[in-house]
Amino acid sequence: MKKEILRFSDVTLIYHTPREETVAAQHLTFSVSEGEFVAIIGPSGCGKTTLLSLAAGLLRPSAGQVERVGNCGYMLQRDELFPWRTIEKNIYLPLEIMKEDDASHRQRARDLAVKYGLGDFLASYPSQLSGGMRQRAALIRTLAPDPDLLLLDEPFSALDYQTRLNVTEDVSEIIRSEGKTAVLITHDISEAVSLADRILVLSKRPAHVAYAHELDFGEIKNPLKRREESGFSRWFEILWRELNV
Amino acid sequence: MKNRQTKQVSGEHLAYLRRRRHHGILVWTLRVGLLALLLGLWELVTATGWVDPFIMSSPSRIAQTIASLYNDGSLFYHIGVTLWETLAGFAIAVILGYGIALALWWSDLLRETLEPYIVVLNALPKIALGPLIIVWFGTGSRAILFMTVLVGIIVAIMHMLSAFIATDKNKQLLLRSMGASKLQMLTKLVIPSSLPSFISMLKVNVGMAWIGSIMGEYIVSKAGLGYLIVYGGQVFKLDLVMSATAILCLLAAGMYFLVVLLEKILVKNTE
Repeated sequence: MKKEILRFSDVTLIYHTPREETVAAQHLTFSVSEGEFVAIIGPSGCGKTTLLSLAAGLLRPSAGQVERVGNCGYMLQRDELFPWRTIEKNIYLPLEIMKEDDASHRQRARDLAVKYGLGDFLASYPSQLSGGMRQRAALIRTLAPDPDLLLLDEPFSALDYQTRLNVTEDVSEIIRSEGKTAVLITHDISEAVSLADRILVLSKRPAHVAYAHELDFGEIKNPLKRREESGFSRWFEILWRELNV
Repeated sequence: MKNRQTKQVSGEHLAYLRRRRHHGILVWTLRVGLLALLLGLWELVTATGWVDPFIMSSPSRIAQTIASLYNDGSLFYHIGVTLWETLAGFAIAVILGYGIALALWWSDLLRETLEPYIVVLNALPKIALGPLIIVWFGTGSRAILFMTVLVGIIVAIMHMLSAFIATDKNKQLLLRSMGASKLQMLTKLVIPSSLPSFISMLKVNVGMAWIGSIMGEYIVSKAGLGYLIVYGGQVFKLDLVMSATAILCLLAAGMYFLVVLLEKILVKNTE
């Protein structure tokens, strides 16, 4: 049995506004083990992003428990690179925030950037990079402090289709080869099927895990290869039906 | 980034560059020409006696007035007085305003408490405080300085506060997910991302500072360009009024230009 990195136990979350309160999640239980890539899909407005905020510790559950081992890195829809910083300085940002901004950590982050093809762009500003490259830089920034868990909040949805497929390849390869644990939130079923080891389907609000699937692609981890598999469309259909219950 | 020298340039591109350059020259020619035309017409209608130069003054009389101010040594004295009041008031308003805006960003409770006061102070015409200022600060430079600060500071606070509050929510989320403290949020994100707003606040406040110092000199003063304008008006020396106004135009434009220069140096990468 592998070590659990993240565990939600019977989590309830209530949102308060002056007008009303909303139960965003109820009896939400699941866990993520080390090295796993878990995709979470759900109908829109079911509180997927809330779930990531809980996992990141930005929100506290109203009831139940969220336990996490180690630290986590958050990746958003847009790259959110700081335009006034060079790519190199952007990548050092989490180190500065975590007060780990020393030579050895910097070296590690820079090696990572060079390894994944950002070496020539370290001195460039984000505006000089293409959308795909920017999202790659955002991933390297997320990986720079060596997080135990990656939280990906629809990181491809702002990209055009062509770039999106490439960046998905990219991110998948980087995460797999770094042996990272990842939770991906998405509304795109085919993206979830092409990337994940396991897929959780959330219900409508209040969100709980309605279905959980272990994908059976075996050693095929590459997103484009998976899209060619016969199992791909089968999974797509199953998940599509479950989302539209 | 730029490797213009190594790049092959097509004939069409060269033509495009030439057109652009010619257009630039044309615009500048028209600008200077318009000024020359206006000054020429002004000189003409007053020299021929078509318009009374005693009422309208004229470019040559302005030049003479400035020359005589220069000769009796009072030109740079008056410029210096006004310039000092304006620059000092500008600096104090900007620094204090920025600091107060930071404090209001830091504490929501403080901001919500002080919001109505700032709104009222902003709406209040500062000149209404003229008599109070004379009583409190006397009739010297200090009163004018206070007026200048008063006019500028509210604008500085409101401008910067709205910029701080408008800081990108997703970037804030990103920093919070890294575990950033409020101070880190401020220094890593809020201050650098509000730099363009800081520059635009400076631009607005250049105008505000001149309004403050000249208005202050209208109310109380013994020297300065505003004093020359008021004095000139009272004794019906329109040459003096026009001369001081012309100098004011040049100084204000120069100060604005300095801010634009600062912008070119500071604001490079903000998309």
